[in-house]
Amino acid sequence: MISLSEYLLLGALLFVISVAGIFINRKNLIVLLMCIELMLLAVNINFVAFSHFLGDVTGQVFVFFILTVAAAEAAIGLAILIVLFRNRRTIDVEDLDSLKG
Amino acid sequence: MSFEKFLFYMFAIILLGAAVMVVTRRNPVHSALFLVLVFFNMAGIWILAEAEFLAIALVLVYVGAVMVLFLFVIMMLDIDLATVRAGFVRHLPLGVLVGAVMFLEMALVLGPKHFGLARYAAPEAAPADYNNTAELGLSLFTQHLYALEIAAVILLVAMIAAISLTLRKRPQTKRQNITEQHMVKKKDRLKIVKMAAEDKR
Repeated sequence: MISLSEYLLLGALLFVISVAGIFINRKNLIVLLMCIELMLLAVNINFVAFSHFLGDVTGQVFVFFILTVAAAEAAIGLAILIVLFRNRRTIDVEDLDSLKG
Repeated sequence: MSFEKFLFYMFAIILLGAAVMVVTRRNPVHSALFLVLVFFNMAGIWILAEAEFLAIALVLVYVGAVMVLFLFVIMMLDIDLATVRAGFVRHLPLGVLVGAVMFLEMALVLGPKHFGLARYAAPEAAPADYNNTAELGLSLFTQHLYALEIAAVILLVAMIAAISLTLRKRPQTKRQNITEQHMVKKKDRLKIVKMAAEDKR
């Protein structure tokens, strides 16, 4: 049988891959958004695994809400990306310094 | 090794390989397509964990909607791949180091010692007439109804925000003003001129 730690370690590995992806793709906003999606997926597998092993469906309800928020986040993020590209003609993170941050 | 375990490891290995490809591919279109593969394999793993409704929702919502949105945006934007990839090799050691440290720390906590089968026994397989969708719906529409309505409002706000952000008015294009067209009266357009009849030549 599959143990709970196998699910959790899979989620941890996926999360770590997406964190490393954010480090190495720090110039490409689209891949950064994809890495955030991967992170949310890694969190979701923990909820699903605990819901399965504890026999409580509430964990799956929580995953449902995370999926909703992630979809909203992707839609707004991509919309901001389009407006950004329209104004600056680039999506390079290094060039986005007009706020002098 | 049972068939279930074989399936789990097959899905997990393909998922992790595809996730590595997502973060290392040069072309964002390839990254998006590998992300689709990640979502498919995750759906398979969720079916093994008896979360059937969420697995199908993942395929429908993510593969069907979010990834298509990603692909549309990637193809709409004209990205210069050379500048986007600059610094990839320079940041690689740091990313791998931080990732390895994070994974080792998490593995210390999440390993079989604390979350193995001895501590959390595998649950009995659900009976054949068990309906995951009905269970989820029952919980969603009774205990979590308020949160569900908030989620609906979040989706509405996201839709309005995305449309209003990307909607643009172009002053140079010619377009009809529908309101003015509807408000027009007969006297605005039609002019009757009285004049004497012409003589026949």
